[in-house]
Amino acid sequence: MNSIILTAATRVITPLMVAFSLFILLRGHNEPGGGFIGGLVATTAFALYAKALGVRATRAALRVEPAAIAVAGLGLAALAGLWGLLAGGAFLEGMWPLLTTTPSGDKAGLPLGSVLLFDVGVYLVVVGSVLAILFALEEDVAASSPEEAD
Amino acid sequence: MAVVTAPVAAAADAAPTGRPLARYGPALGSATACAGFAALIPTIADYSSIRVAWPWISGLGVELSFLIDGLALIFALLITGIGALVLAYSASYFKGHHKLVRLLVLLVLFELSMLGLVLADNLILMFVFWELTTVTSFLLVGFDHEKADARNKALQALLVTAAGGLALLAGILLIGAVAGTLEASALPAAAAALKADPLYPAILVLVLLGAFTKSAQFPFHFWLPNAMAAPTPVSAYLHSATMVKAGVYLLARLTPALGGTGPWLWTLTIVGGVTAVLASIWALRQTDLKLTLAYTTVMALGTLTMFLGGASAIALAAAVTFLIVHAFYKAALFLAVGILDKKAGSREIDQLGGLARPMWRTWVVVALAALSMAGFPPFLGFIGKELKYEGALAVASEPLLVVTFAVAANAMMVAVAGLVAIKPFLGPRTATAAKAGEPPFAMWLGPAVLATGGLVFGIAPELVGAALVNPTASVMIGDRVAKDFKLWHGVNIPLMLSILTFVLGVVIYLALGRIRRGLAAGEAHGLWAAESGYDGVLAGTKALAAWQTRVIQTGRQTQYFLWTTTVLAALLWAGLAMGGFAVMPRGVEAISLIELTMLALAAFGAVATVVTRSRLLAILALGLLGSAVAAIFVFYGAIDVAMTQLLVETLIVVIVAVALLRLPRLTPAPGLEVRWGHLGVALATGVATALALTAVLGTELDRRITDFFEQASATEAFGRNIVNVILVDFRALDTLGEIAVVVVAALGAVALLTRRREHREASR
Repeated sequence: MNSIILTAATRVITPLMVAFSLFILLRGHNEPGGGFIGGLVATTAFALYAKALGVRATRAALRVEPAAIAVAGLGLAALAGLWGLLAGGAFLEGMWPLLTTTPSGDKAGLPLGSVLLFDVGVYLVVVGSVLAILFALEEDVAASSPEEAD
Repeated sequence: MAVVTAPVAAAADAAPTGRPLARYGPALGSATACAGFAALIPTIADYSSIRVAWPWISGLGVELSFLIDGLALIFALLITGIGALVLAYSASYFKGHHKLVRLLVLLVLFELSMLGLVLADNLILMFVFWELTTVTSFLLVGFDHEKADARNKALQALLVTAAGGLALLAGILLIGAVAGTLEASALPAAAAALKADPLYPAILVLVLLGAFTKSAQFPFHFWLPNAMAAPTPVSAYLHSATMVKAGVYLLARLTPALGGTGPWLWTLTIVGGVTAVLASIWALRQTDLKLTLAYTTVMALGTLTMFLGGASAIALAAAVTFLIVHAFYKAALFLAVGILDKKAGSREIDQLGGLARPMWRTWVVVALAALSMAGFPPFLGFIGKELKYEGALAVASEPLLVVTFAVAANAMMVAVAGLVAIKPFLGPRTATAAKAGEPPFAMWLGPAVLATGGLVFGIAPELVGAALVNPTASVMIGDRVAKDFKLWHGVNIPLMLSILTFVLGVVIYLALGRIRRGLAAGEAHGLWAAESGYDGVLAGTKALAAWQTRVIQTGRQTQYFLWTTTVLAALLWAGLAMGGFAVMPRGVEAISLIELTMLALAAFGAVATVVTRSRLLAILALGLLGSAVAAIFVFYGAIDVAMTQLLVETLIVVIVAVALLRLPRLTPAPGLEVRWGHLGVALATGVATALALTAVLGTELDRRITDFFEQASATEAFGRNIVNVILVDFRALDTLGEIAVVVVAALGAVALLTRRREHREASR
């Protein structure tokens, strides 16, 4: 695909979309969003980048093999579970190291912890898995019809 | 428990590196364990037992409970004692073999499984060990796994015994349900209830299937001779002294709970008797000494089964005595055949002869073992045989029948004993005698100890009689048995029968050539094709699998989708037919214009997807349908679902658009009747889904779960987006499973696509 408009627009839109995906991921606990949706947004951003600039450029921009991202995400999610198991006694039990109990019995502080780690894992799994399939498909098509290769 | 763990510790310490101490470490460990068990003999001889238990899965009545009574102790002594001798023998037999470590480790694992089996009091625990012996014996039979033949025969042994194991598990569960306990030691108290229960026949059939397959009873006997593909020390251990006796052990262990009834009596007597006689005939037919011994083992197992069915104290005592006799002489003979194979270069009876001079020490051992096998005085075999005849006359079923079976089988045993002891050593010299020589000490020790044991215990039978046989028979009969063990009982019917046995045996030995030719001719005409049943079942299973793969697994995506959708529709309609159709749901007011518009868009997208002849248009129309549905989600406040739906639709269009480039054109179009068929399935699914959803909405919603999440989401998980809190906290394990599936699917897809490309590039 050789559209100057698309290429130029993509260079601007993709970083914005990735940033937006992180926003979606982080706000997911209280507003609509979360790791899965955020991951899909980021995937869409990279898919757009691949359409406009080619798979090779996207791979270079990502630096990491998509499949590795997916596996790392799964590892993070499992790690979040182990954290709960070791510190809380049950696999995947929510851990909130930044929360403290106030004298009145309420919880105060920043609710960050193993649950967010888990959600980041989901995010990475979605991004890595879908991109891995998409790139492999694109490269398969390009390899079988050399005249269309980028 | 130190006694039980000694062999493991020894094996772990002595990862055999080739140093003698390391190679013989497992044997020493096993010998230590044997000595430990021997120290328990005085306790057991006093008719008492030892029980230890730890809780395991108490809710299901499954405990780590172990029981040492006479029966368990006899087996434990045989397992560890013969185990020590076989381990020492193997270390020498396989000296320098690159798989020696593997063999020793497997043998020790097997030994521990077998020990667990006989010591376990809890039936489920026993079953676990039972299956462990099946698995380890599979690995041992298939030890020469480079040979296809060894693999096939290992698989056969595994399939036959594991199938029986499944039956046994069902039987054990039924026993537990009826008796209310799974502890073998508590079963005798529930014997009356078990035998009166309508489930008793089912229990009996299932348990007997397990025992008969494991102990190679007719018609499941065929796997045992085939398992001779195993190395000889393995056969000596598994297929003479230990594993094949597990079935016999099970029968003995359950005798107090299930035994004594008519069906028990007659099944055991007939199956055991038939097995014993047929196996002795087959034993005569063989020319490979190892196979001959394998068939005589089947004969021994048949005899044991027959006497366990006897339901009289003497018959049971005879069975226990014969168990010990047989373990001694059979393991010795197997090991001796291994020596012949190694040192004279053959196991074929026709190729062996004149070995008495070059291998005189081996010959002494074989002669001692064979004399015990044939039942000559003063060997333990003689006492065993006298007891058998005494027991046969006392059985509760049909003494004449049992005596006939016993005499016939024993006479043929005399002939086989002669065959093994006389022909290879005293027969005419053959080429093998020229290069034959004595075995190393470690290989000779095992058979020598076992064969001498047969003589020592024959001269002093009280050593095993009062100490082990009587307590064991007492356990089985539930009453104190105090049988006298003597070499000379005076002139009585058993002695007459013994003399008859010897005469018959000598006659058979002399006529052996003619008998063998006759049997060979019979075999040529397809006689004794007992294995064909197994082959038939195996071929049938494979054919069924191939057939269903051809029909269902066509490899066409449309076909899979059609199957799945059809099944879904059928299930939905079935559910609707049973649950009743609901009217319009409550709470649905007028539908707004914008909703109607979205519905129209969705409908348009659906119709366009189906009607268009362009794949690209179809994908776009499908995207329209999905987006319209997402919009409807928004109207109903399911923002998360709508966002996900919209993003997934976008990505699907992107991905499928790429995939489309690889697909051929939609020509030729599917026939009209096919399209109508698809329409029918689609309509049936769609209408059923709509009706089912209507029915769901028509019922009162249970608010309890919703209320819980609404309340707990913010207070316990510190999040206000309930959907996300459920996904990543309350039901995080589900999500973990789902993302694992996603990763695996992605890796699979990448592997397939990359492989295809590499394949194409390679062929270019």
